Amino acid sequence: MTTEQEPHLAIGAYVLHALPPAEEAAFENHLAGCDQCLREVADLLETAAQLGSQDTAPVTPQARDRALRAVARTRQDQVRRLPARWGRRALRLALAASVAAAVAFGGIAVWQHGEADDARAEAARAEQRSGWDDSEYTDVLTAPDATLHTGKLGDGTTASVVVSRSRESAVFAARGLPALTGGKVYELWYAAEAGDPRPAGLLPGDAKLDARVLEGSPDDAVAVGITVEPAGGSPRPTTEPLGVISIEA
Amino acid sequence: MPHSPEPNAGVEELLARVAGGDHDAFSGVYDALAGTVMGLACRILRDNAQAEEVTQDVMIEVWRTAGRYDPDRGTAKGWVLTLAHRRAVDRVRAAQASADREQRTGLLGPDRDFDEVAELVEERDEQRRVYRCLATLARQQRVPLVLAYYRGLTYVEVADALSTPEGTVKSRMRAGLRQLRACLEDET
Repeated sequence: MTTEQEPHLAIGAYVLHALPPAEEAAFENHLAGCDQCLREVADLLETAAQLGSQDTAPVTPQARDRALRAVARTRQDQVRRLPARWGRRALRLALAASVAAAVAFGGIAVWQHGEADDARAEAARAEQRSGWDDSEYTDVLTAPDATLHTGKLGDGTTASVVVSRSRESAVFAARGLPALTGGKVYELWYAAEAGDPRPAGLLPGDAKLDARVLEGSPDDAVAVGITVEPAGGSPRPTTEPLGVISIEA
Repeated sequence: MPHSPEPNAGVEELLARVAGGDHDAFSGVYDALAGTVMGLACRILRDNAQAEEVTQDVMIEVWRTAGRYDPDRGTAKGWVLTLAHRRAVDRVRAAQASADREQRTGLLGPDRDFDEVAELVEERDEQRRVYRCLATLARQQRVPLVLAYYRGLTYVEVADALSTPEGTVKSRMRAGLRQLRACLEDET
């Protein structure tokens, strides 16, 4: 279980492309609001690139021809520079949306190259693919106090929870939850230090939709759990949790 | 921002023209950098055919996204090699099913000597600044850098392979890169 509490520490691993996808996306979200990190990342990327510039290998004339032909029929991305006044906010918003996309779909948002347009496109693709309305997600993800918590479920699936206490809301996302049979569903729970877990919403057992905004507020919850329940869900967990993700700050 | 190392004269300008849709400029960028991209891809993928595919993908991405290159952030070569590194590493990771990956980190088990850089410095070209600078790093900083950059391991896998706490590996990666940068600047 990993909680990203000290984002600066991840700079080196980020530059080496050595963060797992969810952490990479979270770090990029942090980057969007951290000028000092942006400078360090730019410098260290340049240093790392020197590690990669030591060897050359011959490229065949055929490969060159193929590349030039491919380029002749490839449209270039249109880059729109964001207006400076609201650039930072827009970038943050777009990158935050990409956290949801990256966590849910394993896509990787690349700050240095992708910036806001890619992040937006990725979020739009994710939205299209899943049919979500993105606004609730972005609301949680763009909250200044949003934190990303990731953990492994029993079957090895990676799951993530983004929590915003100020928005009194949280997003759950997992990738590749196994399909359930017999009408069973996944149920999410808020767990506090004391008392029974509170139901926080259902995910269909057919694994088509594996991300959602949780029902209710995290309040005093210290963890989010997921169990398998009969159709319609249960008021209390009836099975052992597949996993419990700590959401403590 | 200090971006002194190896100004690749002309490539920055070419790239700016590529952003405007100039095909001739793209040929120039290709000729200047495709061999280096291929070299890095071969190094990471250890497979010529796959490296060729990655090189092709990278160069098309350069064409497609040239408008995003910002000369204030670094050199054109650095930008292209960053793209290349990410693509090559993603390819290595995709090619390995999760079981394979465990085996891969397993292969790098505690008995193996990870310090291929020491060999590189001795066996290869001593003139190469980067390897000379790598060799000045403490082994505990150098090894995570090499495993991540050239082998495509995540910091989690590096930590696992070296039986070192994850947080320690993360901070060593950053410290190692910073020291490498300082050394490269000194040697300039």
